[in-house]
Amino acid sequence: MLSQTAEPVIVLKNLVKQYGDFTAVDSLSLVIYKGEIFGLLGPNGAGKTTTILMMLGLTEPTSGEVRVCGINSTRNPMQVKRKVGYMPDDVGFYEDRTALDNLIYTARLNRIPPKEAEARARELLERVGLADAADKRVGTFSRGMRQRLGLADVLIKRPEVIILDEPTLGIDPEGVRELLALIRDLSRKEKLTVLLSSHHLHQVQQICDRVGLFVRGRLIACGNIDTLSSQLEGAPAHRLELDAAPVSDALISQISGLEGVLSVERKEPDRLAAAVGGDAAPVTLIVSSSSDVTAEIARLVAASGANLYGLRPHRYGLDDIYHRYFEGSETHERVG
Amino acid sequence: MSAWAEKLRELLRGVFRRQAGGAEGSGEAYKPGETGHAAESRSSAASERVLSPFWVMVQKEFGDHVRSWRFIILLAIITLACIGSIYAAVTALREGVSLLGGDADTEYLFLSMFTVSNGTLPNFLTFLSFLAPLIGVALGFDAVNSERNKGTLSRVLSQPVYRDDFLNAKFVAGLLLIAVVIFSLGFLVMGMGLLTIGYPPTPEEFFRILLVLFITTVYVGLWLNLSIFFSVRFRQAATSALAGIAVWIFFLVFYDMIVNLIGTALAPVNAVSIQQVQSYANLIMFLTRISPAELFQEAASTLLFPDVRTLNPFVTQDQAYLAISAPLSFGQSTLLVWPHIVALIAETALVFAASYVLFMRQEIRSRH
Repeated sequence: MLSQTAEPVIVLKNLVKQYGDFTAVDSLSLVIYKGEIFGLLGPNGAGKTTTILMMLGLTEPTSGEVRVCGINSTRNPMQVKRKVGYMPDDVGFYEDRTALDNLIYTARLNRIPPKEAEARARELLERVGLADAADKRVGTFSRGMRQRLGLADVLIKRPEVIILDEPTLGIDPEGVRELLALIRDLSRKEKLTVLLSSHHLHQVQQICDRVGLFVRGRLIACGNIDTLSSQLEGAPAHRLELDAAPVSDALISQISGLEGVLSVERKEPDRLAAAVGGDAAPVTLIVSSSSDVTAEIARLVAASGANLYGLRPHRYGLDDIYHRYFEGSETHERVG
Repeated sequence: MSAWAEKLRELLRGVFRRQAGGAEGSGEAYKPGETGHAAESRSSAASERVLSPFWVMVQKEFGDHVRSWRFIILLAIITLACIGSIYAAVTALREGVSLLGGDADTEYLFLSMFTVSNGTLPNFLTFLSFLAPLIGVALGFDAVNSERNKGTLSRVLSQPVYRDDFLNAKFVAGLLLIAVVIFSLGFLVMGMGLLTIGYPPTPEEFFRILLVLFITTVYVGLWLNLSIFFSVRFRQAATSALAGIAVWIFFLVFYDMIVNLIGTALAPVNAVSIQQVQSYANLIMFLTRISPAELFQEAASTLLFPDVRTLNPFVTQDQAYLAISAPLSFGQSTLLVWPHIVALIAETALVFAASYVLFMRQEIRSRH
């Protein structure tokens, strides 16, 4: 985790963007520090892309201020664009040019001399695993390849900050895993600050240091995933899944009696397992607690003479957090 | 404003750097001891001499155009038209058509390469005025919207590139290409004419043709600009192509009709004074000359027919009677069409300004 004393790279202050009556971004304040991977999460139309465009100076904010690397994006977009690499969602390339040509073009737009541009392009293609496809036309590329080429395209100007808009959209799970690993690797090795937006929560939570939850133009929560889950009212901080056999009612009440345990639920065994194992089949219990009770539970199960088959701490995923928020917002709407 | 200032500064810096590099290079010969150093700094200067993003974009656009099927097809059509018109002109000249028109002098025989025909095919000038808008529209109709739809617009604009440079590069690349095509076609026709009729042009004729080619380039540039404007305005390439073609057909076919309609409606029934008739004629002339096609036609034909002494349809009997029937010199012809050239350039600038304003106000989003 990064300390809050780190150097801020992206600073948003009371940022507002309105389109007519519609407020796309509503007084957003956010600080992103050097070297961190920040995930901007939210459903479609939450204002993520608009925020990113304002960071790059491609759209003017209605009010408020954006500073990237200490430079005001609205006033000096050129300087910001020299330091920031941006990959739009659904990144497009010149289809009838080769991957190498596309990269060299971007490099030359950044005033990199042709020879060096080619060297960098080849190196980056190697890095993102497209070295074999360097001389193929981009029109023949698959979605995942495009996305990786997009990453190379972003990196060719040697940016300080990279902004990726929905980088995982439309790629298969293995592709997502590779891409995210690549992003994390790059961020750690090059000390890059990464801002990525997504509506795929579980994918992003794997690599983000911090996330901001963005709904209807407002940042409703911000922090690492632990703080985020505790920020949400009523969510238990810890959850544990436990497979054991045989499970007696006594054991369940013992576990419930532990300090900090909020609830113990018995997960219905699926029919297949029940048919095979009979009574000896392990039963899964879900324990929610306000503090970490993993060790105590293990001790209790062992003491009761039951066999312990599995003990899985279950961290709250962003999906849960997200879902919980929407449950809340729906009730608010109904009330309102 | 600040963007312009910064650009200017960069430009100046580039010029100075080049000069400094040159000075170092020339000093090298006199100081053998420092040769190594000078050579080193020169090579570093060479590697530092990087094209500005604007010219990189122009280069790329130009390359894209040249390689595209669209351009090859256009070029094929134009070349065919060119060969056809030369053939028609040459046969007409052989049959002596041009000699029937005026006095049997060969003073402007070379110019008639561009203007006569044996009747089977239109002459070169007609072909050009017909096809020029098509070239312009074809090169520009998907300039901006295709980039937007492919998602490359937001990627390019997130590079350190001025937004207006993007539009300028599109225009400059198109215009360069058009200039190359038109001038090479013009020279081709001249060369072929030289070979077939064996009669060399006078310098005056040569300059007249050059000026016509220049006007044609401006004219095509106008259409290019118009189609770029439509490509900014319409998200679909097909819509913008259709809009461009519609405007073309409008000026080609309907505009004259509409002007005629207005003319008959406004015609003074019982003209009392000469002023009344004159102002009416002036109005009609003004209306006709709004059309770029008309401007181009008038300018080009005035230059190619040195006999044309005035473009005013309203000549008094005295003027007609007293005028000496002699061709104008190149300078005088140019003077006659100068307003046309200015008007064409002004219309081009107007359309460019419109697309500029529209583009600067647009949101840069990917594909939406």
